[in-house]
Amino acid sequence: MNFQLSKEQEFTRKMVREFATNEVEPLAADIDKEHRFPEETVAKMANYGMLGIPFPTEYGGMGGDHISYAITVEELSRVCASTGVVCSAHTSLCCWPIFNWGNEEQRKKYLPDLLSGKKLGAFGLTEPNAGTDASGQQTRAEKVGDKWVLNGAKVFITNGGYAEVFVVMAMTDKSKGNHGISAFIVEKSDKGFSIGKTEDKMGICASSTTELIFQDCVIPEDRLLGNVGDGFKVAMSTLDGGRIGIASQALGIAQGAFDVTVDYMKSRKQFGKKLSQMQALQFQMADLKTKIEAARLLVYRAAFMKDQHENYSEAAAMAKLFAAETAMEVTTKCVQYHGGYGYTKDYPVERMMRDAKITEIYEGTSEAQRMVIAAHTFKK
Amino acid sequence: MAFNIIVCAKQVPDTNEIRINPETGTLIRDGVPSILNNDDNNALETALEIKDKYDDVVVSVISMGPPQAQDMLFECVAKGADRGILISDRAVGGSDTWATSNAIEAGIKKFEKEFGKVNLILAGRQAIDGDTAQVGPQIAEKFGLPQVTYVEEFKISDDLKTVNVHRQMEDGYEEIEVKTPCMLTCIKELNDPRYMNMKGIFGEKEIIIWNAKDIEVDLNKVGLEASPTNVFRSFTPAPKGKGEILEGDTENQIAQKLMIGLKGKHVI
Repeated sequence: MNFQLSKEQEFTRKMVREFATNEVEPLAADIDKEHRFPEETVAKMANYGMLGIPFPTEYGGMGGDHISYAITVEELSRVCASTGVVCSAHTSLCCWPIFNWGNEEQRKKYLPDLLSGKKLGAFGLTEPNAGTDASGQQTRAEKVGDKWVLNGAKVFITNGGYAEVFVVMAMTDKSKGNHGISAFIVEKSDKGFSIGKTEDKMGICASSTTELIFQDCVIPEDRLLGNVGDGFKVAMSTLDGGRIGIASQALGIAQGAFDVTVDYMKSRKQFGKKLSQMQALQFQMADLKTKIEAARLLVYRAAFMKDQHENYSEAAAMAKLFAAETAMEVTTKCVQYHGGYGYTKDYPVERMMRDAKITEIYEGTSEAQRMVIAAHTFKK
Repeated sequence: MAFNIIVCAKQVPDTNEIRINPETGTLIRDGVPSILNNDDNNALETALEIKDKYDDVVVSVISMGPPQAQDMLFECVAKGADRGILISDRAVGGSDTWATSNAIEAGIKKFEKEFGKVNLILAGRQAIDGDTAQVGPQIAEKFGLPQVTYVEEFKISDDLKTVNVHRQMEDGYEEIEVKTPCMLTCIKELNDPRYMNMKGIFGEKEIIIWNAKDIEVDLNKVGLEASPTNVFRSFTPAPKGKGEILEGDTENQIAQKLMIGLKGKHVI
């Protein structure tokens, strides 16, 4: 056992923290209020290599590891969860499946632009009637000559409005259920593909969450990712990794809320003393700090296992379940410790509490994480 | 031939976090993070901007300090410098500015033997821990190079032979043109230093450590014993009492109150 971060991981934290403090935090409240996707920040993240961390340099990646990637999402989310999820969805849900499931031509065609951040990526699995039950896919893909024709719609797609490359699941043989799903790479400019409604959400308001619409969308046959029928495996393996990203986001939100609350408690006086001097509150904060640290260990362990090419599916589910519930608890309590001020938009904990909620829902609800963990426990 | 830029950098305690032990008068360094000295960061940024713009520019960062100062050089290389060089040896520990510039001079001579002639030396104006602003100019003197301190604006000709700078003054600036090779000390107004980048963090890094023997420095000119400076005492100045603001309806009234106060304290 060695709990020491490497120099590279430590410097990743230092770099991203400086970046987040100077470039991300000053915008966080405004972009939340305006529901504005921070294009200028994403361009800067691309410039500094933050959109291709855990991939080999031969495809234009940074040659980093998944703990450094987790630290990056954590540190961005510590000040702005919307900015954090741009990096997470792009890296885990689009770059990774193309890297892992793509053939050499697909890797060479798509990864350099994605990993340099020249193009942003997204992932389309969820449909109005296929959420946790992903097997209910109604988007169809039919082989017509040497093309695939896609018809259907996806919902709640993170980065939807700004992505140029999409990894999309569609049913190629309904009779085979999960084994009848295939994965495809869709480009923004593909004929018959369009972006539908942009969701008006409770939190992560600066993140672009949209519908994807396929109306006789014709794509070349070489856009098939993996083999016909691999789609469910592509999706589930992608979400295993995505959960490390979302767990990191949740961890960052929790840490951010905790940190601003420590500062607040050191200055806020009631009954003649500072909140930080009141033992009831000290004990509460001690508990929260312990839970955040426990979440951090679970998140980094899952990322470490991914780097070691171990099976990390259950570890990632545990990390996401615990980090998301910790983020919700920490932000809710931090709003409470701010009192009335915490309920106003003048203090960031209000936004953080709204942002935390999504981490219990997307890329698998907390219930779905329990299903994964239970399956690993009882189906052996 | 490559255009060699040397950036002189120092790892310093983050002064935002520093305190002084009131009993001993020494800095409390425990738990205080070490950082790349602020002005040196501006010097590095200038070097990297030249490297961004012109081919065949090599940026080497040189420092003297304990082995931990490698972290600061890691940061410089992760920002885009080609290499970091650390002069580290107990023999050079405790050096004052004169002894430090002797060691850096020897380091730069060693550098020239290994990597070729130096075309430009950039340093920060001063380090936030010592605030002397002496090491940069001393290095320039030792090499007989023209020097400009307090550089707040910088331009270099496309042939990299002429540098045009603004030197900050209290009430304006001097515009100075100087031929390379030369030595400049930089201030924070010069530029906004970049962050490290991921490619730099994860890429291969050349960080070289040289000891006193490697740089062939005269041991009578470095280290605590050789340093002519003696620090007599460090202390935190006692905070001054709060000032008093005199108020009144007219200037006369306020002047009257002032006179009464000054006379009362026998100042006049």
